[in-house]
Amino acid sequence: MREISAQRVTEVVSQLFMEANTDLGEDVLRALQKAREQEESPAAREVLEEILENARIAKEEQVPMCQDTGLAVVFVELGQDVHLTGGYLYEAIQEGVRRGYKQGYLRKSACHPFSRINTGDNTPAIIHLDLVPGDRLRILAVPKGGGSENMSRVMMLTPSVGKAGIMDYVVERVKESSSNPCPPVIVGVGIGGTFEKAAILAKRALLRPLGSPNPDPELNQMESELLKRINDLGIGPQGYGGRTTALGVFIEMVPCHIASLPVAVNLQCHASRHKEAII
Amino acid sequence: MSQVTRLTTPLRDQDVEQLRIGQKVLLNGVVYTARDAAHKRLMDLIQAGKALPIEIKGQVIYYVGPSPAKPGRPIGSAGPTTSYRMDAYAPKLMELGLKGMIGKGKRAPEVIQAMVRHKAVYFGATGGAGALLARSVLEAEIVAYEDLGPEAIRRLVVKDLPLMVVNDVLGHDLYEEGVRRYARG
Repeated sequence: MREISAQRVTEVVSQLFMEANTDLGEDVLRALQKAREQEESPAAREVLEEILENARIAKEEQVPMCQDTGLAVVFVELGQDVHLTGGYLYEAIQEGVRRGYKQGYLRKSACHPFSRINTGDNTPAIIHLDLVPGDRLRILAVPKGGGSENMSRVMMLTPSVGKAGIMDYVVERVKESSSNPCPPVIVGVGIGGTFEKAAILAKRALLRPLGSPNPDPELNQMESELLKRINDLGIGPQGYGGRTTALGVFIEMVPCHIASLPVAVNLQCHASRHKEAII
Repeated sequence: MSQVTRLTTPLRDQDVEQLRIGQKVLLNGVVYTARDAAHKRLMDLIQAGKALPIEIKGQVIYYVGPSPAKPGRPIGSAGPTTSYRMDAYAPKLMELGLKGMIGKGKRAPEVIQAMVRHKAVYFGATGGAGALLARSVLEAEIVAYEDLGPEAIRRLVVKDLPLMVVNDVLGHDLYEEGVRRYARG
């Protein structure tokens, strides 16, 4: 057994959310730079220029790149040989979110669904916990904005529509979302499992670095085709028209029920924020 | 962009009549912030026949819920939120003299028609560029609904806030026309 203190977890979570909100990943920056070089639309180039300049300011001045600093989504992989001391894992994570959003001057966006009264500290965080072999604790902090989340869907397709039907559904979802999810977007697709599993797969798919291939050759091919079809929609950065509607499409797939074909599409705005740490 | 227009609020009919979709605008002067909850309260006041806490005539509303300001700064990150959630309220405010809205994302047909009828425009600000846009905000002061936190109504003084005309007084829509130009197949 390896001991990790709850206090350490709180510190790490707090730090990760502050970093994620101010420091856009290198993979996203590279993809945005490439898009700016290749764009044919003057309005699109202007928008991409603003987004890149924004990322530079956010990092330099340590201010959030977007005012919507998200609900706090946390993926945790807990090695089964880890023993947490001095507190509970979930509470340690929630405390980390509380502190990070306060110290980092991040916006608190969690509210009661009916009264819309703000919870005041951006908790509760949405925590996905996996038990894994080993004695490490891996934490991924994913601040998720409301604009792109609102355009996301889970659909229980009829199995007969097959691969072609899945692809049509994904393209149609991006088309209908138009300018709302802050394009250029990243498209996370979860296929299979159950209703809720597909949604979690789609969210997890968004964490893959841009430019990295899917290890499954069939899915890799599908991702390339989807990316081309989505960029042919012409929506472009901010929906003003252009060649860059998506920076990447990522698919995760697991087996499903013989009667079902669940598909989830989780859209991510260009401010694709996620940071991880291993304790 | 080829053409950049500088405008200062309050806006008059002739200011907005010259604007066309795809035109870049640098906005100056006073702008009010309001999003979902603040719009709901403004609408309740209008329905009750009561006075509004801000002057609407000739004004521009920015759909934004900023992040908290760091010490020594007027405002935190301040990019636009998605506008369709304010569609139910926008025509009434234009009827009362609102001349401009700043946000991101498509507006409903009835909002676009109201812009034609009342001579108003919809500007897009770049979503997710909140750190950049905040640099254009010189002053920010809460003028109503402080209890709403990020959703309170703030009076901003802006300098060269970078915007794009998305819907003009002729009923054009950049989201439709821009996308049509670049769609393939």
